[in-house]
Amino acid sequence: MEKSKTLFEKVWDSHTVMQREGEPTLLYIDLHLVHEVTSPQAFAGLRLARREVRRPDLTFATIDHNIPTTSDERFQIKDQIAAQQIATLRRNCESAGIPLFDVGSGRQGIVHVIGPELGLTQPGMTVVCGDSHTSTHGALGALAFGIGTSEVEHVLATQCVSQTKPRSMRLTVSGNLPNGTSSKDLVLDIIRRLGTDGGTGYVIEYAGEAVRSLTMEERMTLCNMSIECGARAGMVAPDQATFAYLFGRPYAPSGNAWTEAVNRWQQLATDESAQFDREVSIDGSHLQPIVTWGTNPGMAAPISGRVARPDEARDASESAAILAALEYMGLQPGMRIEDISLDRVFIGSCTNGRLEDLRAAAKVLRGHKIHPSITVLVVPGAESVKHEAEREGLDRVFIEAGAEWREPGCSMCLGMNPDILAPKQRCASTSNRNFEGRQGREGRTHLVSPATAAAAAVAGHFVDVRGWHYKE
Amino acid sequence: MEPFRQHRGTVAPLLRENIDTDQIIPKQHLKSIERTGFGAHLFSGWRFHGDGTLQRDFVLNQEHYRSASILVAGRNFGCGSSREHAAWALSEFGFRAIIAPSYADIFRTNAGNNGLLLIEMEEPLVRRIAEQAQTKPPYKLTIDLETQTIADDCGLSESFAVEAFRRHRLLHGLDEIGMTLLHEADISRFEECRHTFLQRGT
Repeated sequence: MEKSKTLFEKVWDSHTVMQREGEPTLLYIDLHLVHEVTSPQAFAGLRLARREVRRPDLTFATIDHNIPTTSDERFQIKDQIAAQQIATLRRNCESAGIPLFDVGSGRQGIVHVIGPELGLTQPGMTVVCGDSHTSTHGALGALAFGIGTSEVEHVLATQCVSQTKPRSMRLTVSGNLPNGTSSKDLVLDIIRRLGTDGGTGYVIEYAGEAVRSLTMEERMTLCNMSIECGARAGMVAPDQATFAYLFGRPYAPSGNAWTEAVNRWQQLATDESAQFDREVSIDGSHLQPIVTWGTNPGMAAPISGRVARPDEARDASESAAILAALEYMGLQPGMRIEDISLDRVFIGSCTNGRLEDLRAAAKVLRGHKIHPSITVLVVPGAESVKHEAEREGLDRVFIEAGAEWREPGCSMCLGMNPDILAPKQRCASTSNRNFEGRQGREGRTHLVSPATAAAAAVAGHFVDVRGWHYKE
Repeated sequence: MEPFRQHRGTVAPLLRENIDTDQIIPKQHLKSIERTGFGAHLFSGWRFHGDGTLQRDFVLNQEHYRSASILVAGRNFGCGSSREHAAWALSEFGFRAIIAPSYADIFRTNAGNNGLLLIEMEEPLVRRIAEQAQTKPPYKLTIDLETQTIADDCGLSESFAVEAFRRHRLLHGLDEIGMTLLHEADISRFEECRHTFLQRGT
């Protein structure tokens, strides 16, 4: 009988091209996603070495990191260097024969939003991209991870990456997530518990009742932030929800190939007797909305809680880290999370820029007005998301509440385009990183779910969205 | 890639935990299509004030550490974004090696691909080295990758672990793509038998 395996091992083993004792594994890549910021040096390296792109048919590109989100500027970029990066990507794709989902094509968007949307990401695949949030694609049962530019060049040249096999962790979430909480709150809670390096060296498989009942887009949010606890990747075993999500998407198989694909995908789930290197269990039924107060995603507290105090730290270095974070964030030790007032709200990113995220935020905002001291930016994750949201009238809800409705891109998640915070501005953000300066020099970022962000936009400060007064 | 065999250099202490790649090279400096030009912006949020003037008290701006080539840092160094620009910036600024209790996975690979040696050591030892660098500058260490040891001039001598294949690549400055392409036949064989359900898009 064959050895029982985890989902991760099944994908890993079936993509192993070569494995020698004491060396990293040469792993074949099914899908390589490329964007304008981490690829130019890789293409330049190829040219310098007179190498070609081995599989342009397994490589797909889009423009997301530095694209402006106003409708006039996205076709007329003022930032000359950003424009040059985009022009370079177009040129590289054209000469290598790589399909590019360009601005205005109807398919442009954040690379981790469009991969699943287009049916490019499929169960059992290996997926890489020069972006750490590639872990998102694990929601479909793919093994997906971020790589550096030298590795992008390596994949372009060989369609393989050289990787040391990570260890495996199963993170089981029992119970059902309470109303008013989301998978964003769940993943922030997980990072808070594991720590920012608690997952280093591991691939995490998310399992359990609470995970099984998440929608596909919620699973994407969960897997997206796996990297924030240091994990190489996050995965969820494919099930009926996965197949239903993929059916009929442009790059998904159809006809007999669909039936064959589903049969194969059904074999991917972790075998019952398979062993993980580490098992972690969390009870999801008492989850609260989570808000980060510090300068890494692990520095977080429940909405009913308080900002940390340096004297509660377990050691001197943690105490110093808390002190430095509070100083940067302009917060008092031990103050209530609900007493933190805001200047800006950002709804979008590869973490929370999908249709369900926009629906969740719009549901809170419907019939309410945004607090006069707050400006709100809503940035759909892809052109397809924007189109669908407008068809549902979500754009009207945002605009009527007083928010700005923008064009797709990474936008204020990392502020490589014109959407940035002014120094000391405080922002509730549905993105994934609250690092110093991430959203703009001296900008102060609090990571939250779309519903919590929307509620804060109305209240002017953080509030518990579980007690929200919804208007029809 | 420049080979790494032995290196002697000044140590700069930056003993914070979770130094992320957004701090190492802030996003406003990623807008380039070149592999060079990032050293000038290394830790720019900490090295410079908003108006571009130097933050005089930041370690790398202090007289003794300006030409440092070994950085000592807290645990989980290089977490966050996959940007290889972080490794490029550190190398271009003059760093050849980093000593810390632990590193993030993607940064570890990026460093290896740029001849930047990452040395992992127990926290108390890292702390001790940082203290020496802080109190007795210029504090110098000699790193020998062949014997896998670090030593100072006052009797400190410690060995460190490094995976055999990483050590081999660093010692010889080997290009990973070239190494992989030696196995072209294996890749082609794999490709012939692989399964895919990727449909040509419509």
